Order: sequence, then C-alpha cells, then structure tokens
Amino acid sequence: MEQVQFLGPGMDPVSENRPHPVPSGESLHWLTLGEVSHGGQQCFLVSALWAPGMKAGPPQPAGSLPLALAPLSTFSKRPLSTAVLEALSAEESSKARNLENRLEIDGFPPSPLVVKDFIVLRGLCSPALGRPGQLLNGHTNNWAVLVCTSRFWFNYRHVANTLSVYRSVKRLGIPDSHIVLMLADDMACNPRNPKPATVFSHKNMELNVYGDDVEVDYRSYEVTVENFLRVLTGRVPPSTPRSKRLLSDDRSNILIYMTGHGGNGFLKFQDSEEITNVELADAFEQMWQKRRYHEMLFIIDTCQGASMYERFYSPNVMALASSQVGEDSLSHQPDLAIGVHLMDRYTFYVLEFLEEIHPASQANMNDLFQVCPKSLCVSTPGHRTDLFQRNPQNVLITDFFGSVRKVEITTERVALKPDPSSLGYSHLKCQKDEELTEPLNYAEQLPVAQIIHQKPKQKEWHPPGGFILGLWALILMVFFKTYGIKHMKYVF
Amino acid sequence: MGLLLDSHRRRALARLLLRLNTPLCVVSYVAGVVWFLALAFSPLTQNTYISENAMGSTMVEEQFEGGEHALSYARDFIAQRRKTGNLPVAWLERTMRSVGLEVYSQSFSRTLPFPDETHERYMVSGTNVYGILRAPRAASTESLVLIVPSSPGTLNAQAVGLLLSLAAYFRSQIYWAKDIIFLVTEHDLLGTEAWLEAYHDVNITGMQSSALRGRAGAIQAAVALELNSDVVTSLDVAVEGLNGQLPNLDLLNLFHAFCQKEALLCTLQGKLQHSDWASLGGSLHGLQTLMLMVLRQASGRPHGPHGLFLRYHVEAITLRGINSFRQYKYDMTAVGKTLEGMFRKLNNLLERLHQSYFFYLLPSLSRFVSIGLYMPAIGFLLFIPGLKALELWVKLNKVDFSPEEQLGPLQLVGQDVRGVALTPLVAPVLISQATGLALYLLPVMGQHVAAQHFPVAEAEAVVLTLLAIYVAGLALPHSTHRVVSSTPRGPDSGWMALKLLALLYLALQLGCISLFNFSLGFLLAVTMVPAAALTQPSGPRLLYAVLLVLVSPGATLLGSLFLWRELQEAPLTLAEGWQLFLGALAQGVLDHHLYGALLFPLLSLGLYPCWLLFWNVLFWK
Repeated sequence: MEQVQFLGPGMDPVSENRPHPVPSGESLHWLTLGEVSHGGQQCFLVSALWAPGMKAGPPQPAGSLPLALAPLSTFSKRPLSTAVLEALSAEESSKARNLENRLEIDGFPPSPLVVKDFIVLRGLCSPALGRPGQLLNGHTNNWAVLVCTSRFWFNYRHVANTLSVYRSVKRLGIPDSHIVLMLADDMACNPRNPKPATVFSHKNMELNVYGDDVEVDYRSYEVTVENFLRVLTGRVPPSTPRSKRLLSDDRSNILIYMTGHGGNGFLKFQDSEEITNVELADAFEQMWQKRRYHEMLFIIDTCQGASMYERFYSPNVMALASSQVGEDSLSHQPDLAIGVHLMDRYTFYVLEFLEEIHPASQANMNDLFQVCPKSLCVSTPGHRTDLFQRNPQNVLITDFFGSVRKVEITTERVALKPDPSSLGYSHLKCQKDEELTEPLNYAEQLPVAQIIHQKPKQKEWHPPGGFILGLWALILMVFFKTYGIKHMKYVF
Repeated sequence: MGLLLDSHRRRALARLLLRLNTPLCVVSYVAGVVWFLALAFSPLTQNTYISENAMGSTMVEEQFEGGEHALSYARDFIAQRRKTGNLPVAWLERTMRSVGLEVYSQSFSRTLPFPDETHERYMVSGTNVYGILRAPRAASTESLVLIVPSSPGTLNAQAVGLLLSLAAYFRSQIYWAKDIIFLVTEHDLLGTEAWLEAYHDVNITGMQSSALRGRAGAIQAAVALELNSDVVTSLDVAVEGLNGQLPNLDLLNLFHAFCQKEALLCTLQGKLQHSDWASLGGSLHGLQTLMLMVLRQASGRPHGPHGLFLRYHVEAITLRGINSFRQYKYDMTAVGKTLEGMFRKLNNLLERLHQSYFFYLLPSLSRFVSIGLYMPAIGFLLFIPGLKALELWVKLNKVDFSPEEQLGPLQLVGQDVRGVALTPLVAPVLISQATGLALYLLPVMGQHVAAQHFPVAEAEAVVLTLLAIYVAGLALPHSTHRVVSSTPRGPDSGWMALKLLALLYLALQLGCISLFNFSLGFLLAVTMVPAAALTQPSGPRLLYAVLLVLVSPGATLLGSLFLWRELQEAPLTLAEGWQLFLGALAQGVLDHHLYGALLFPLLSLGLYPCWLLFWNVLFWK
C-alpha cells in the first residue's frame, strides 16, 4: 500500500525536532487514536505506545494533548509488526535518549500508558481507498484458530495436519499469543507412537511438526463444539486465560483451519458431537457483528468439506475446502514404521506450498486455490470467494498466514503543535481548518448491507388502516342497501 | 382382526390352508435347502473387509528376525521337557525372566468325570506359565494374549520357541499400549480353562487351581499358536469356539490381511482358497468349506484353545502350522512376522473388536455370508412345523369352522369337543422328558455301577449306558399307551394334539438354537423337520419309523461324522465311523462337564424328548 507513510517515527509530538529511540526489550503497541470521517475521506491517526512498565512521566498540561487522543479509553491496542520495530530501532536508536514530553493518558486499562511517540499515518485519507471504512489491506493484526477435531491414534494425520499449518503460520510471524491451537488428542505422547514426543508430517521422518515450542491451547477433551464456538464469538468465561481467547478486533485477519471427520453439512468433534455448517455460519456472522474480524480465511480438510462453507453469509470470508459434497478427502503419506497415515492429501500439498512462502512472498490466493489439483488430491478441492471483497489475486498469502504489514518510512516531518483553543487542531495535512469545526464522526466500519451486496429488505406495503375501514363500511352499506335492515339477523 | 373374526372368511382361509398345506410345506423345505446351498454362491457372499478403523490396514514395518532364535529355544525346550518329563516350568520361568517379562505360574488339577480315552487322562494336574510384558508408556488396563498349549501328545515346541523369541523382540519395542501376556498352558484346553477361570476369578467347571498373582487388565484379543515343525507350508486358522461361538470377523480379516501381505499360504478348514471364485468349481469348493464349517460349528466343541476365550468375550483365533509335502516352506521368521503384524495392529485397538460381524459363515477366507443372508434358510425350514401345527389346529377345531355343516359324531360329546384336550398328553410328555433326564444324568452317575456289573471300563460304560438309554426310549410308546386312558374325543384327536404340541416344541427349540448356533439349528432342522411333519399313526408306518430313526439326534451325529470325513476327503469305513461315533459321544459328555459345552444337555434334555414325542405319535394307539 504505497499511500501509507510514516511521518517521523521517533518524533516527539510536541517538540517536533527531538527524536528518541525505542528502548530495546520493550514491547510496542499500536494505538489507533482516531478514525476520522471527513469530507468522504478516511483519516487515521495512529500512535505507537510503549506498554506498561515504563516509568510514568509527569502529567502533562491538557494543552499538549492532541485532539484525537480525547476518547482514548475506547480504543484498543494492537501489536506492532516486527517491520516497524526494526525500522524504528535501526534508524533512531543512536539518537538522543531524552524525552521531555510524556503524556499520561488517564483511564487506559490496565494501567496508565505513556505515549512515547506518535507515528502518524498519512495518506490514509486518500480518496483512492474506496468504500468508507474499508481499507485496502486494512488489517493490523493476524490471528489463527487451528482445530483438529478427532481423537484416537488412527487419526494421527489430523493432528499432523493441524500442526503443520501451525508450523507455517508461526514461521511466517504469527506469535503463539495470536494462535488458538486446538488438538483433540495427544499423538506425541500416545503410547503407540514409536517416536515419542514427535509428530511427523512426512514419510521417512523428514519433518517433525511437533517441535520444541508448540503451545496447545485446547487439548483433548477441551476440544468441543461449545469451546470452539465460545472462542470464535468471544463468549468465554471470565476466568479463561488470555492464551485461550481469540482477542481479535475489527482490524484482525483471522485464519480458521479445521480438520477431522465430516459429512455433508457437519464436522464431527471427538466422536461424540458435531458442528453443522449452519452453526458455523451463524458463529461467523456473530463474529462479524461483534467486530471480531476484518477478513477471514476458512480452510477445512475433511470429507465433503465444501458443504461446510456453503451456508456462510457473513462478509469478508474466503473459504477453501479439500473436497466437494459427495467426495471423500483422502489420506497421504502412509508410514510403516509409525503404522498410520501421516497426513491428508490436501493439507500435505498446502503445507508443501506454504513451505515455499516467506514473509515477502507475493504469492496470492489464486496460487493457494491451485495447490492441490484433482490429479494429486483425488478429491476436488473447492473454494468460495463471493463473500470476499477483494480479488483473490490481490490477496497475499501472508495476509492470513503471516503477520506482515507493509509500511514505508518517510523522512518528512509533521508539525504537531498543541492548540487548546481550537478543536480543529490536527496533525493531518489533508484536514483543513474550517472543516474541522464540524463535529467529527466515526466511520461506519461495518456496512454489512453494502459489503455483501444484499439489497435492503423491501418493506412490505400495507394499505393504510383508514382505507380498510372504509372498505368494510362500503361492503356493509352495499349489503344493507341490497337486503335492508330486516336481514340484520343473518349478519349477526 | 376383522379377517379372522368373520366366520365365513375364516372358514375360507381354513379351507385354503388345508388344501395348500402340503405343497406349501414341500416348497418351503426345498426353498430352505436351496437357499442354504446357494450361500456359497456369488450374490449371497460378500468380500471380507476390515471394519475396525483402529486397525485399519496392514501398515506395519515387520522387523522380527528371531526365527533362528525361536528354533534354538524350541530345541532347548524339547531337551528340558525330556529331562523333567512334563512341562519344564523352571526353565520356562527362567527363560521368560531373562527376556524381561514378569513371570508367574499357576498350578491346577482336575479329576475328570470319567477317564478320557482319547487323551488318556483321568486325574490331571499341571502348571501354566505366563509372562507379562508391561506396556512401557501405558497403564495396565488392557492386554493381548499369545497362548501356546503344550501337552504330552502335542508338544508345540516350535510354537513355544517362537513365543519366547517374539517375547524377547516385543520387549525391545516401545510402542506397546497394551500389556502382552505370553502364556504356555499344559494339558491343552484344561490348562487354558484353568487359567481363564482364574484370570476372571470365576469357577464354573469345578477346576481346582491356584490363584493368579499377576494380571494385566481386560484381555482384548488372543491368538493361540500351534506349531510342531521347524518349517511350515501353510497356516490353518480355526475360528469355531465353544458352543459354536465365533470371534469377531475383524480378527480373522486381520489374519487374512497379514497372510496376504507376507505371502503366506493360509487355509480355512484345511482348504486352500480356490483361485477363481466366480467359477462353478470355485463356488463348489466354497460350498465344501462352508459345509465343513457348519459341521464343526454345530459340534459346539472348542476347536483350539481360542474357543474358550470366546466365552469371556475375548476375541480369539487359533493358528496351526501345517507342514505338508508342498515344495515351498516358510521358516519361523515368516510366521513370527505375521504374528508381529497382527499384534502391532491389535495394539492399536481402542475398544474391543465390535465393528464387524459376530455371526457369519465362511466359504473361504476372503468371503463371508452374514447372518442376515443365512437366516432365511432356517426360516423356511421352521415355517413347516408352523404350517403343520396350524393345519392340525384347524382339524382339531373343525367344529368351530363348520357350525352349520354335518357335524359327525364329535358333536355328540358336547361343548368339550372344541379345542385340544391336554390331559391325555401329560403322560407321554412327562415320560419323554424323564427319559431325557435319565439320558443326561445316568451315564455319568451310574458308570461305577455299570463297570462293576459288566466287564467294561468306566469310559466304555458311560458310552454304552448312553446308547442303552437312548435305544430304550424307542420302546416307550408301547408302555405309554397303557398309561393314556382312551379318549372319548374320536379316533384322531389324541395323536393330533400330541403332534401339535411336539411340532410347536420342536419349532421353538430349533428357533432358539439357530439364534445362537445357526449350524446346529440348521442341521437338526433339515433332518428332523420333514420326518416330524410326515409322522402320523396311519399310512406306511414302517417307512415313517425308519425315517424317524434315521433323523434322530444320535443318527444325525453319526451321519455328520461320515459327511465331515467325506468333505475332508478322508472317507470312513463303517467300523471306523462307529468307533469315531463312540469316541464323539464320550467327548461330547466330557466337553459338557469340563468346559460347559451345551450340545449334550441340549440333545438329551431338549431334542431327544421332543423326538420321542414324534415316536409316540407314530405308535399311537
């Protein structure tokens, strides 16, 4: 996204010419300070924050607080991508360490955060962005929910499927904190496993997908339909640890991968229950309405997998399946030493494809669609893109499988002068002073009806009440006119 | 109901029933027999397949190479055996311990009800030795059993050697999820029975045995191995267990799958598979195998140590190494690899074997007939006694159906004519049952008395008493008719009522038997039903009598023996057959007392009295 530019990373918001470095070892968070709708254009004001743990600076006079920071407590934190971190530290670490102006922001949970720096994203106000609320490649964070739903040793391959996708997304930059991994059985420690503490996805022990740092969030009997739906919709008990939650927001791209034994319209969980395609579609809609995702990629490797996505109706969902309705998905990689099939065909070829992907790869979704032709898969993989806004050709694999954001650093500086007397104070070049006197509105971020091309429901026409009363009166009049009052007894 | 309550229609139905009865019976019988014979042919048989997902396929990398080791163990075993004179318990314990098993032994003793002449034993005492290989990474909640019976007659030394060699190999593997019990039993089935009873902490056959000190959870499956030569040409598999119980078909499928994988020759009932199943020759070959299976299953004997496991719902088969004159021989390594593969797959089980069939017939190892397809055969046969009973009922109640017609002499007696008078039937029924009871009890109880008064041994005494009581039963009608007071109900109503009762009794018994042992039920039905249907005190009585004697349970047993040997292509002469028959009688009684086989009580307490009722009908006066 070429329009996105950083304005002076490390610039002090108030005294504009005093850069300062990012201390090493500190985690940095994005803070969306505001999304401003102005003249049909979208403007974003974004800041980088240090996490709690920094010393709180002296309270600043209110005058130094930028306008857009006012409703700060309602915004959420997002992790900063590694690219930005690197850019900041490399360029700025050698510069002066002093920081005079620190802003303490009240009411930001869980503890006062100190605004160290502002990084203003310019160019987000460009009219080329299209629909209001829709950003081109507009996600700021990536999440993955990887689910294996089957137990038992002979379903080794399903665990290996899930772990190999886990391996790929982790390799491409999604951290464990952003991956919810659900494994219905523990193959690595199964007594039947001749190679304890490993799960292999290739014959001849070529690739161990159960490495040293696998963090399984939901294990064995915790993998239930209820838990899965709770994770998706965020309706988890308050005691649930953060590692077991999907803490996504409306700027999250979510990858959902499922594998197990399924049939037409359902996926079996644990040999005891199943989730239907309708339930899944409703869960996604709930996620959309709760602003839990920006775009979603759904992949399922199971028999008749295509039946699982055919009921989806929420926007921004792209779906892939290993087989069409009426087809079986087949296993691959029979291994005599371990004594089971190590993987399913579809995921095997997906993994092969993903192994070639690196954070800067330009491979797009169309490449992923063609990963397993019928000659290799035996089943016919399917995909569904009608709910998705962008052309699959423009959607990078790393939009879902990695945590990669494109940023471009500019050397241009921006003047962030405090001006308490005017609401129109702005750091954004595209805003004009006279327009800023207008009250600012939040953009409607989820224009569902527009996005999924649904016509607004036609209101049914009803004749007005008076008309109906009049009609009845007319009928009665005609009746009496014809038969006279003496026939009243036939009426009542 | 309206149809039956309407007297006109009812009469029409009754008339139709009477007219069509005989043709219907003939058609039904022919249909039953043809259906049975057709079971070996293509549309009624299906290819076997492994249903159990947990076993899945034969994906195992067999690495067993201890064939030579097994043979050296076997040689040691034979030497030790010669030294000690019976099972070398100490040596076995020492060897098992040296390969790393938890070793225990169990002593048992049993006095047979009468001397067993086939095995030459009377007061038996022996020791079972078993070693448990504990699964390294699993709780000891489930186990598999490899069992080798070793008796004075059949040492199975090579099997013991292979067992020890396999134990040593299995010990070095880490993938076991179930404990494996390596069991060597003495006195073949007696030792197995003693061990099983002790393992499950029951005592159902009066076996005296010491308690087991080591256990390994619920037994999921067992494989019995019998090998008596250093090399084998083929492996024969036995499935028929006690009382005709069969192991889950998946266990057999698993064996068959590994046979094919290891390219071993595997036989069923000693018969190789026909190369071309679809051809007529192949189907006839299948029919032969199927008939052999039916005969063996009908005998209700455990055809190998596995047969006793089935009672405890442990799926089990027996593998026998055959060393014939074929050119190509397999060594112990090949057999060991087959066993390794099977155990590796059984180890993957998550539940008891239950996915596949428990009731089936096998025309070959790769094809089977499911219960849904073979039951119609017996259904057709059991239709006949039902039809005949209905006919008799209609005849007995003739008054009911033709109130306005000429009533004949019956009417004079009054209201009592209607229905069946039961009192005259009490005597023959009771006497028949009493004879059956005597047949069941007297031979064993009275063996010593008989041995004192006649110059015979106890075992002979039992068999001869059995035959004597059986034959004496034939004289009964001449005595019962004195007990039965002459009925005032007309000339025929007496025997008709008795025959009606006998037919229902027969149908009920055969129906029940065929539910748990189809083969026995079918064999009895195909012989007894036509004779039973024909029997009546008028007409060619001598012919009926000969027919009835020929289909009596004892004669069926004799005939089955001849048929069995005929199908095995080892025909019997009459004298041999008779000797075999006497032996089978003694074995039948022994099996009942030693293992709880039900054939003897079924025949003596159920079918023989029933047959006597028909005999009574024939000589009704």
